[in-house]
Amino acid sequence: MSERIDVSIEHKHAPPQDGGRPHPNTCPKCDSHYRDDELEQHLNVCPHCGYHFPLHAHERIRQLSDEDSFVEEAADLRSDDPLDFFDLRPYTERLAEAELATGLGEAMVIGRGAIEDLPCQLAVMEFGFMGGSMGRVVGEKFARACEGAAERGVPLVSVTTTGGARMQEGILSLMQLPKTVCAVEDLHDAGGVLISVMAHPTTAGVLASFASLGDVLVAEPGALLSFTGPRVVQQTTREKLPDDFGLAESNYRYGHVDAIVPRPELRPTLGRLLRLFANGR
Amino acid sequence: MAGEAELRLREQLSRLRSLPLLRGAKLSSELQRLQKQLDRISGEPSDEEIWRSVELARHPDRPYTLDYVERLFEDWFELHGDRQHGDDAALVAGIGRFRGRTVVLVGNQKGRDVKERTRRNFGMAYPEGYGKAMRAMELADRHGFPVVTLVDIPGAYPGVTAEQHGQGGAIARSQALMSRLGVPAITCVIGEGGSGGAIATALADRVLMQENAIYTVISPEGCAAILWRDAGEARKAAAAFKPDAAHCLELGVIDAIVPEPGEGAHLDHDEAARLLGDALGESLDELEGQSGDDLRRRRRVRFRTIGQVPATR
Repeated sequence: MSERIDVSIEHKHAPPQDGGRPHPNTCPKCDSHYRDDELEQHLNVCPHCGYHFPLHAHERIRQLSDEDSFVEEAADLRSDDPLDFFDLRPYTERLAEAELATGLGEAMVIGRGAIEDLPCQLAVMEFGFMGGSMGRVVGEKFARACEGAAERGVPLVSVTTTGGARMQEGILSLMQLPKTVCAVEDLHDAGGVLISVMAHPTTAGVLASFASLGDVLVAEPGALLSFTGPRVVQQTTREKLPDDFGLAESNYRYGHVDAIVPRPELRPTLGRLLRLFANGR
Repeated sequence: MAGEAELRLREQLSRLRSLPLLRGAKLSSELQRLQKQLDRISGEPSDEEIWRSVELARHPDRPYTLDYVERLFEDWFELHGDRQHGDDAALVAGIGRFRGRTVVLVGNQKGRDVKERTRRNFGMAYPEGYGKAMRAMELADRHGFPVVTLVDIPGAYPGVTAEQHGQGGAIARSQALMSRLGVPAITCVIGEGGSGGAIATALADRVLMQENAIYTVISPEGCAAILWRDAGEARKAAAAFKPDAAHCLELGVIDAIVPEPGEGAHLDHDEAARLLGDALGESLDELEGQSGDDLRRRRRVRFRTIGQVPATR
C-alpha cells in the first residue's frame, strides 16, 4: 500500500513553504505570530501561551540590568583554531559566520552592570553563536567575570543558553569545565556570590560545570536542563522518555533547581536575591 | 612541511625530557622508549595511529582499575555506596597502601565478561558514582591521604534516571570538590577519558595519560553524529579532534605520558601496572610536603592556564 495522500488543505504544524525554519516571531508552541515590537514589549514571551522565545545576549542584558548601566568587558577576545579543526567545513569559517550572524565575538558577553540599583557582574551566553558552545574564549570570559566580581566585591549573575562544550576545540573545550569550576571556587573563597540563571537550553558541559555551581540556581520555564539531550538518551537506552524529560519543571521536582522564574519576574527576583546577599551592606 | 614537523617533534622531546616525571636515572629506559615512540610518530600522529589509540583504549583485554589495584595496592579496602541511596559498580573507590603510604583511590571500572559488563554498566557511571567518589575524596582530605584517580569511562551514562538524579550537577560538584582538596591528587587516564564523566574525577595536581589512552570532549561517534551527521564517520572525527596522548601532551592538557609495555597494556597487565605504579609514585613524591593551600592554588592555576586564548587583538 502506497503512502496516503494528504488531503488537508492547511495544517497547524505544516512545514513552512520555503523549506526553511519557521519565522522567528512565530510561537513554535501555539503558532501565534507577533510583530517585533509586540514581542519586545512582552519580553519575548508569547502572551498567548507563555512560551519563552530565545533571547540574544544583549537583549537579555537590556531586560535584566538598569538602563545604561552595562559596560561590556573583554569584547575583543576571539577564538583561534588550535587543532586546525575541519569537519564538513573549517572551524575558522564557522567562527566568522557566527560573528557575522550575531555581531558578537564569541558565545558569551561579560561586563559590569547593575540590577535594581545593586552593582553586579554579568556573564550572559548567546545561543546564536555556534549553539552557545563553550570553547576557550567562553571559558576565559567566564573566569574573568568571576575575577571581576571578586575584585569589585559584587555578585556574579550568569545566564546560560548552550549546547555544551565546543567540539571544534576538542579536549581544550573539555578543559573549560575544570577551568570555570576553579574560577567559581576562587570567587566563593573570596566571599563572592554566583547566581546562575539557566535558560533554554543549558546542557552538557556547561550544566556539568559553572552553571550548576551557583549559590542559587534559577531556571526559565520550559528550559531543557539535561547533561545528555533527550534524543541521545532515547537512541542509546530505547527507554520511553517522560514527557517532561530534562525540562526545568522536572529538574525542580527532583530538587536540582531552586526556582522556576518566568521572564517577567526574573529582574525583580534577581534584585531581591542581590539585596539578600548584600545583607544590608 | 618537513621542517615544521621536525620542529614540533623536537619541541615535544625537549618537553618530555624536562618533565619532572621522567627525571632520574631509573627512568631513563622509559625516556628512551618514549623517544622511540615519538620518533615513530614523527611529530604528528597519523589519522591511522590516532584511530589505533581509540581501538587500544577500548580493547577488551585492557587492564581496568581493579587490575591495577590488585597489582599495586596492599591492604585494599573497597568503599561502597554514596551514603545517599546507591552503590554504583561503574566507579570503585577504596583505601589502600601504595608504596608505603595510605592513599584513597577512585577509578572507573568496566567489566570483563558479559555479566560483569552489565553489572558495571560498561563503565558508565551514574550520579551515585560521582557521589561515592566525592565522599571517598572527602575522607582522604579529612585524614591527609593523597588521592589517586584512574579514568576509564566512555562517558557519563545517557539515561533517564541518571538525569533525574542530577548528573550534570554531580559532575560539577565532584570537580569543585577536587579543586578544594588540601591533599595531593593525581589522575591517570588509563583507557577512555570520555567527556564530563572523565573530568568529574580528573581535576588533579598531576594529570597523566597512558600511551594508548584517549581523552576526549565527546566520543568520536558522538562528534561524527553531530558534525558529520553520521556516526560512521568516527574515524574522521577522531582524526579531527586528536584525542591521543601525544596531542594531549602537546596541548598541555596532561603532564606526562605513562609508557605501556610492547604493543599495548592489554598484552602484559603486570608490566603495565609496574610502569603505571612508577609514574604514580614519582608524582606522589614530587607533591609530598606541599601545604594544602599551595596545592589548591597551583592546581587551580594549572586549570586556569591550560590552552590560553590568543592575546587580545
